[in-house]
Amino acid sequence: MLIEMIPELGHFALVLALLMALVQAVVPLAGAATRRPLWMAFARPMAAGQLFFLLVAYACLTASYLLDDFSVANVANNSNSLLPWYYKASAVWGNHEGSVLLWSLMLGAWGFAASCFSRDLPSDMLARVLGVMGLVSAGFLTFVLVTSNPFTRLLPTPPQDGADLNPLLQDFGLIIHPPMLYMGYVGFSVVFAFAIAALLGGRLDAAWTRWARPWTNVAWAFLTVGIALGSWWAYYELGWGGWWFWDPVENASLLPWLAGTALIHSLAVTEKRGSFKSWTVLLAITTFSLSLLGTFLVRSGVLTSVHAFANDPSRGMFILALLGITVGASLFVFALRAPRVSHAVSFSWLSRDALLLVNNILLVIMTVTVLLGTLYPLVLDAMDLGKISVGPPYFNALFVPLTVILCVFMGLGPLSRWKAMPGREMARRLALSGALALTIGLLAPLVYGGEWNLWVSLGLVAALWVVLPLVRDLIDKSRRSGSPVAALKRLSPAYWGMVLGHLGLAVTIVGVTVVSNYNVERNVRLAVGESASVAGYDFTLTELGQQRGPNYMADTATIAVSRGGEERLFTMHPEKRLYIARGMPMTQVALRPGLLRDLYVAMGEELGDGSWALRIQYKPFVRWLWLGALLMAAGGLVAVVDRRYRRRVKARSGQSSGDQGAAHLSAPREASA
Amino acid sequence: MAIRRLGLPAFSRHGTATLRVSLLFSVLFSVLFSVLLSLTLSLLAGLAANQAQAAVEVRDFDSPVTAERYRSLTDGLRCPKCENQAIGDSDSPVAKDMRERVATLLREGRSDREIQDFMVARFGDYVLYNPRLEDRTLLLWGLPAALVLLGGVLVALIVRRRRRASARALSAEERARLDALINRHSDASGDH
Amino acid sequence: MKRRLLLVIPLLVFIGLAGLLYRGLSLDPSARDSALLARDFPAFSLSSLENPEASYDASLFKGEVTLVNVWGEWCPTCKQEMPQLLDLADRGVRLVGVDYKDSREKGRAFLEEFGNPFEVNLFDPEGELGFELGVYGAPETFLVDANGVIRYHHTGYITPEDVTETIMPEVRKWQ
Repeated sequence: MLIEMIPELGHFALVLALLMALVQAVVPLAGAATRRPLWMAFARPMAAGQLFFLLVAYACLTASYLLDDFSVANVANNSNSLLPWYYKASAVWGNHEGSVLLWSLMLGAWGFAASCFSRDLPSDMLARVLGVMGLVSAGFLTFVLVTSNPFTRLLPTPPQDGADLNPLLQDFGLIIHPPMLYMGYVGFSVVFAFAIAALLGGRLDAAWTRWARPWTNVAWAFLTVGIALGSWWAYYELGWGGWWFWDPVENASLLPWLAGTALIHSLAVTEKRGSFKSWTVLLAITTFSLSLLGTFLVRSGVLTSVHAFANDPSRGMFILALLGITVGASLFVFALRAPRVSHAVSFSWLSRDALLLVNNILLVIMTVTVLLGTLYPLVLDAMDLGKISVGPPYFNALFVPLTVILCVFMGLGPLSRWKAMPGREMARRLALSGALALTIGLLAPLVYGGEWNLWVSLGLVAALWVVLPLVRDLIDKSRRSGSPVAALKRLSPAYWGMVLGHLGLAVTIVGVTVVSNYNVERNVRLAVGESASVAGYDFTLTELGQQRGPNYMADTATIAVSRGGEERLFTMHPEKRLYIARGMPMTQVALRPGLLRDLYVAMGEELGDGSWALRIQYKPFVRWLWLGALLMAAGGLVAVVDRRYRRRVKARSGQSSGDQGAAHLSAPREASA
Repeated sequence: MAIRRLGLPAFSRHGTATLRVSLLFSVLFSVLFSVLLSLTLSLLAGLAANQAQAAVEVRDFDSPVTAERYRSLTDGLRCPKCENQAIGDSDSPVAKDMRERVATLLREGRSDREIQDFMVARFGDYVLYNPRLEDRTLLLWGLPAALVLLGGVLVALIVRRRRRASARALSAEERARLDALINRHSDASGDH
Repeated sequence: MKRRLLLVIPLLVFIGLAGLLYRGLSLDPSARDSALLARDFPAFSLSSLENPEASYDASLFKGEVTLVNVWGEWCPTCKQEMPQLLDLADRGVRLVGVDYKDSREKGRAFLEEFGNPFEVNLFDPEGELGFELGVYGAPETFLVDANGVIRYHHTGYITPEDVTETIMPEVRKWQ
């Protein structure tokens, strides 16, 4: 009896969560406005209650999937009794309704986390932060309940079995890619809430930025991993070895990432120096707005994309309304409350302040470029000027130079100091790394590829120009006092986070550069016993066969790979499958991954006379793309551990948080305040 | 205890809750990180399974240059039938026809531009992934360039103003003292 | 005051963006006009489905407004839209079929089963004419005026409403 009521229970829990979100939004905000502590105290329990009921709702939907309750439309459309249990559980977010529920659950979780770990916040600030998060949450839960209810029943005649999960989504990469991505998107709601709370409370000092920084870093790290996972999935799943297609949906995830990267840096300036206050608030609003925009683009059908969800105009209209209210209201508050006078905090040309200003401007230009390219076809269409496509050639043409310029300044950044830095000293500290970067970068293509290549040199010089000054800086710092190890140990986690983040970008740039220029791809025709040579490897087709899987038939090939006439190194087994239920042919790529190169074999068509078309690819350094992303994410997380974020607000007025080391930490803040 | 061993300083009572979440996040992430890393770097063959359709055709061109032109042309033309794919990546019949035609035209010695024009005449501007510079795409190509220029001017203006602000506000001696204060920290801990 | 105005800019930019997205909701990203509108029907030389010996070229379209329908036996939607095409023929519209990427036997069987509203069926087994027309999937329908210029293009299924609401008015417009 109870089991049959699970979907209703979930539906009911969802309604309760919405009510709690509304209370969480209205009462504490009103309390903060009228200075009533009792009202403000509503925020925390409501955040906890909302999360609890969201968990119940989510658990109910998952239970419906695991129990094969095909009377629930969502389950019937996206699952099947034969699906393994882990795909049943992940199928929950493999569709529109379930994924919005996951979105809301994560929003609730971030709100609850914010309520738990911000005990040091002044009560009115906390009330406003949680109030804003409650508002966003209420919007999304209304969206779920009104347009996308995952608990809708197919009664009285439920189908015998479900329509199954799209085979493309039955994959490990797709189990973890969406949750990571959503954690990133949704995580930016915290810094957004902090910014709005600061605007509402009129406390646009540096304090809110110090509270918001760890949250921003964690959200950014999740988004970074989410994007990398998506790219990795496309690489091995789509069958032609591409890793970034500048598809609108990919761009939708890149937009908040770029804005979030700018935000991380501008938060640093505002916290340390008290300048760029309005700008940082605006970036915080923009970053979360771009997350919402991404949601709209993926779910409204406004743009054609390979990844989009099934589209429904009424949903599109609802999300647009949600987007309009959230972003419009925030920007309205911003226009009214942002500080009118900027503080005359001074800095000179080569100061860290100026370099971070350049960083922000470049990242914003990159964001605008991606947004422009993504929406331009829509703009022309709306103006009845015809249909055009904006694709990889456009984005590559603009992104390569912008990234190179960014790298030029990234090399200077870590060596610079706040406020001012004499040009001569900068030059002295950069001379050696610069010369090394140029020499290695210019010579590397000659050594690696046999001939000089402008693009490879450009990419490598840029990457080395980012890394070598960091190395130099680390060496300098390790010499400062005592043993090198002790000196390095004394460096703050925030510094190490920066090192990892910048190193990660350089690693990704090396990966992009090398794989784009030295990728070898050959389509060959092979019969059993024949071989083809690609990039020094010999691929011999030794065997063809057929195999029956649980729900498909497969033609299989066995390919022996050797090198330089030596014995067989290993074998690879690509397959060509025909999924019986859907009559869908699919290529199962054989991959031989490695740190310095991947080998990639895909089966094409049978060409008669027993031979097959095979696509063989040699992809050097392709793993560096994702390795770099992981390093960046690790950097974002390491920086969170910095103890500075955990000091009480009171510590500012001299009551040091108990350890000796903090004494010198408070110096710059007092100086800049 | 473990915290001390890690070389982290002691924390105040109020810091411990936040410390716990940071550690929790870090642990969670390092687990995830290592899982991903092992997957990413795994040397097990065929670990990454894939299911989708790729267009594989065996084509011979007289020179590697032509083969490269074929690849870049088929990557830059959009399949009119598909959601969002280049004809080089798509298995739809029309993409196949278009690839066939690109190869034929290449063998006839046509230029890249002629081949693109040929496709545009039949399928429209829609098939070009790299939109041409014309009146209606002026903003698309021009805005990023204009923003870079504007950004440069903006930086110059802001820094100039900020430099003057410092000259007005503080005497040379005060400034030197302030610089020393600010930078003592960044030098000592290299804080970012 | 000047600075306050500056702070309003993000809001204005967003309002513009939201307006664009609102407009986008009512647009269909996959609907596009043919590149051949207002251009001559492409040159071709094909036999007919019925008669392998016959030879037709673009002069077929001179002198009378013609509706050209690209179809194939392999295309399920083509079967569904045959009643509408028969209706159009009844209304006195001249129809020419292009049997696209098909075999003669299958094409003939198709017409026998679903009716033949076409004055002529051009037989295009390799899809050469289809390619020249920029066809990327059947069914597609082109309206050619009396001078052999393409005037209107319809992608996909023709509904009964399309017949009365768009196709017939277009035909009359160019007659």
